[in-house]
Amino acid sequence: MTDSNIVPLSSITRVDPAKPRLSGCSAKSNGKATSCGSSAGQDDLPEAVWNKIQDHPCYSEDAHHYFARMHVAVAPACNIQCNYCNRKYDCSNESRPGVVSEKLSAEQAALKVMAVAAEVPQLSVVGIAGPGDALANAPKTFHTFDLIHAALPHVKLCLSTNGLALPDHVEQIAAMGIDHVTITINMVDPEIGAQIYPWIFFRHKRWEGLEAAQILHERQMEGLEALTAKGILVKVNSVLIPGINDQHLVEVNKAVRSRGAFLHNVMPLISDPAHGTHFGLTGQRGPTPNELRAVQDSLGGDAKLMRHCRQCRADAVGLLGEDRGAEFSLDKLTEAKPYDPKKREMYLEVVERERGDRQKAKEMAQMPEKIEETPVLVAIATKGGGRINQHFGHATEFQIFEVTSAGAKFISHRRTDKYCVGGTDNSDAMATTIAALEGVAAVLCAKIGDKPKQRLADMGIIASDQYAFEYIEASAITWYATRNACDVAASA
Amino acid sequence: MAYKIVEKNCTGCGACEFECPNKAIKEKGAAFVIDPKKCTECAGFFDTPQCVAACPVPKTVVMAF
Ligand code: SF4
Ligand code: SF4
Repeated sequence: MTDSNIVPLSSITRVDPAKPRLSGCSAKSNGKATSCGSSAGQDDLPEAVWNKIQDHPCYSEDAHHYFARMHVAVAPACNIQCNYCNRKYDCSNESRPGVVSEKLSAEQAALKVMAVAAEVPQLSVVGIAGPGDALANAPKTFHTFDLIHAALPHVKLCLSTNGLALPDHVEQIAAMGIDHVTITINMVDPEIGAQIYPWIFFRHKRWEGLEAAQILHERQMEGLEALTAKGILVKVNSVLIPGINDQHLVEVNKAVRSRGAFLHNVMPLISDPAHGTHFGLTGQRGPTPNELRAVQDSLGGDAKLMRHCRQCRADAVGLLGEDRGAEFSLDKLTEAKPYDPKKREMYLEVVERERGDRQKAKEMAQMPEKIEETPVLVAIATKGGGRINQHFGHATEFQIFEVTSAGAKFISHRRTDKYCVGGTDNSDAMATTIAALEGVAAVLCAKIGDKPKQRLADMGIIASDQYAFEYIEASAITWYATRNACDVAASA
Repeated sequence: MAYKIVEKNCTGCGACEFECPNKAIKEKGAAFVIDPKKCTECAGFFDTPQCVAACPVPKTVVMAF
């Protein structure tokens, strides 16, 4: 467990509302110049909702650099069939197809969470998202939450569901203090739904076709309304399926926003025949990064898209995006380690300082006076902590920032497959990385080899490790400023 | 008469287990099995056998003979 180049981090609690906030997100209230995940102004959200979002690692871009969540795989069963899912693998609702996770009993899950909390003081959220549906076997999910809450009362609980069983459990969700729920909603029109869901299992019966999609749709809307009526934060995830719901997601967006969802997150269909999914086998493709971006932008009027979602694996551990699941696999869990709240308090102090420093660095980075205003995309390899601290070859995803003279703004994540494992370059995987970097002008990373650097250069992408371990925004701005200075010098 | 689970198809998701009104289904290794002595084909409870309707994998829960 050495993450030497990560800022030593610990967990979050609520930040004392009486204290001035240091986070970069505080700039949000003016509705601009922010890189936060939920970047809408405070203006159009009720204050109670806003307060809940502020420090949630999954929702606030600033918070997620510092705090961690984990999912426990206690829900293998599902009650619907999706064409993007092959039940032999995990569901892509919050997890990655092709990655088989362990199955845990409620007791094993609680043990695992305690072991992680003892090692990772930044652990602050525990979710149940699958690998099936968290509410298909709701008693098991609630039992797991009970055990975790009893052991670690400060940890926030959240769950993800397809919504089919949701209306039956809203009372209990509220009673347990679960304040964040994610619903995967891919359609509000059964005609479209029928192309995505071949069947559902509901009220002891299997339903197919339009009827199935109609029931699912009604249950999703009912569940969403009931949750928001109780003041529970609801995020909606949609899987973007080109040719099926790409045009339709605008309708979905309207429907879910009008029912109180505070975030609507669009994620790409990941489709590969090797996954054995219906879509994979029938050649349904996933969206390109540009297509995804276009749809996200078309819903961007409400500016609340959470572009931070990385479709995390259900059993991922550690800072968002940093995959430490293997450290805590079941066979390594013999006994619960003692949990030390002191570590966490110390961590919170570090976080306050880091957040302040990062914000200051961002403000101090000098922007050039006059430049041509085509925004430039910069890809960052980071493990978290708001710093450029990931080796290019080890990056499984990049944070994409849009840089102009107005500043650096986080816009999305792009996933890639690792092309370099144990030092051997696999040029096919490098091609995947290059595809993921479509439209990007520069890559800033902690380190990069000469060969990949050259390949990127051939594609017109500048790669630099000059900003290794520096803060992201400040570096992106500085890079941009010097780049323009060079351009001017070259053209003079 | 009873139902059985084709072991090599079963993903072990357990969706059938908690739907069974007779608690006839148990985990065994990586898969689930139906106790033929307990399975009533859901008679008296439901019109359709719950395990068949809930199972996501085609041709996995089948008649035992
Ligand atoms: S048919 Fe009904 S009783 Fe028999 S195992 Fe399946 S669910 Fe249980
Ligand atoms: S529902 Fe089907 S796949 Fe799942 S455990 Fe039962 S028999 Fe196996």
